Amino acid sequence: MAIYSIENNELQGIEIPDKKRSGERFFGLWKLTAFPMLLFIALPLLALFLRVSPATLLENISKTQILNALQVSFSSALISTILAIILGMPVALLLSRKKGDVFRIVDTLIDLPTVLPPAVAGIALLMTFGRNGLVGVYLSDWGITIPFTRVAVIMAQLFVAGPLFVRAASIGLSAVDPELKQAAALDGANRWQTFSMVIVPMAWTSIVSGAVMTWARALGEFGATIIFAGNFPGRTQTMPLAIYLGFETDMNIALVLSVILIIISFLSMIVVKGVLHKHVRYY
Amino acid sequence: MKKNLVISLLIILFLFGCVPANRPARTTNTVAPTQITVLAAASLTESFTEIGKRFEEANSGVTVVFNFAGTQELFQQIEQGIPADVFASANAKYMNDSVSAGYVDEAGRVIFAKNALTVIHPNANPGELKILADLSKPGLKIVIAAKEVPVGKYTNEFLDNTSQDTTLPENFKENFLANVVSYENNVKGVVSKVVLGEADAGIVYFTDVTGDALTELGMIEIPSDLNVIASYPIATLKSSQNVAFAQAFVDYVLSDVGQGILKNYGFINP
Repeated sequence: MAIYSIENNELQGIEIPDKKRSGERFFGLWKLTAFPMLLFIALPLLALFLRVSPATLLENISKTQILNALQVSFSSALISTILAIILGMPVALLLSRKKGDVFRIVDTLIDLPTVLPPAVAGIALLMTFGRNGLVGVYLSDWGITIPFTRVAVIMAQLFVAGPLFVRAASIGLSAVDPELKQAAALDGANRWQTFSMVIVPMAWTSIVSGAVMTWARALGEFGATIIFAGNFPGRTQTMPLAIYLGFETDMNIALVLSVILIIISFLSMIVVKGVLHKHVRYY
Repeated sequence: MKKNLVISLLIILFLFGCVPANRPARTTNTVAPTQITVLAAASLTESFTEIGKRFEEANSGVTVVFNFAGTQELFQQIEQGIPADVFASANAKYMNDSVSAGYVDEAGRVIFAKNALTVIHPNANPGELKILADLSKPGLKIVIAAKEVPVGKYTNEFLDNTSQDTTLPENFKENFLANVVSYENNVKGVVSKVVLGEADAGIVYFTDVTGDALTELGMIEIPSDLNVIASYPIATLKSSQNVAFAQAFVDYVLSDVGQGILKNYGFINP
């Protein structure tokens, strides 16, 4: 135990009561109790990897169904993340001010999609943007129908995953010291200049990690997509949809896509943690 | 120090305690009310719910729990070892698979109902559909079940059959498929999307047009020479813990009462 020996060196010559020393040693045992939970999470993920040999992975990765699903998932998750940033930033700014009844209502509203079952999100989107929906009725007069299209996939992802960006960005924005904003204003910066040259650079790390979280969640979206966008290979069939149907017929497709999804999610998280780590060191 | 050690050990012991030891068989189970679990295809939802109620009335103390899902999903659940007593499949394939995998006794399976396909459209009929040939009009939005689902497999067979029908327009199948906007993973998904008016048409079992759907959907009949008749087999599972009641349920489905209920819901008696 490295920490223990350093402690010993530092405390050289000082008499430590025996009781404390052995207490420290046994105290370390509590760490064992973290093991079951870690094992519970790691084991199923490991089991997936063990079921997919590199040969199976290579053999299946070029299958049209997998390539289609990858293409649909990546393109739609990218667009929904960009939209989340553009449309979510003003909301994040609003939330970062933390005052008044408006704040409380917006704050709760933005958390709702995260706690709702995605199926509810899908039905809600259908009731709004479906051909007979609240807004969809007028859209179809213009010849625009959203369900069963790529647009529907993106909307489902934006609805479910967008709030993650707003939440992360607002935390970053509200952490910027108000005195810095005042200082910028004193130096003659207008509101936009303060926002783009002071606030955003200061909150940059939270904004990036929020965007990555949204992207990762969008990649995993299933419930809202199948209800609102349906399932059409190459058009609306995302990776999770292909995994679900694959589970019922072609297990290899389900396994290969699952492994790809885990690797992507894992890498996304590593990026987020890396960014956050720098953030902590820098400030 | 000792306290920490004791707490840690207790927690670890508790966790290991969760692993069941070879305990003597419990006898309290016989006192508890009997429950049987029936895995049934999604298209049986309404009819089996009613049969289940009547069966419970006829056999006091027995509770019937249903798990309705796409047959392919139910088969997966059986493969994963779900504790259940009866399997009612929407096609022969998954029942045959169950027999060859040893989940079901070959002699025990019986065809208890038959079902036919029909075209459905919303009452408002936004696609202005009148006859079967209209389904190949360009620009329609058609929803069918994925080929992995039994009803989707039958839909494909029906489309293959249409090539023999000279009264239908040329390339009916190709144009029909070009109109498909979604391959749903469950027959109820097809019904819901047509009831909501999101799709202009869908192909489902005749029996799915019951209850609420009946008032909200219009139908176009598929001629019997093109139609695909689905056979529904039922059997008790070998893993059943309640073989007697499981068999009693199967017998009840095959009885006059069960067959009458199935007929009311649009099934064809075998």
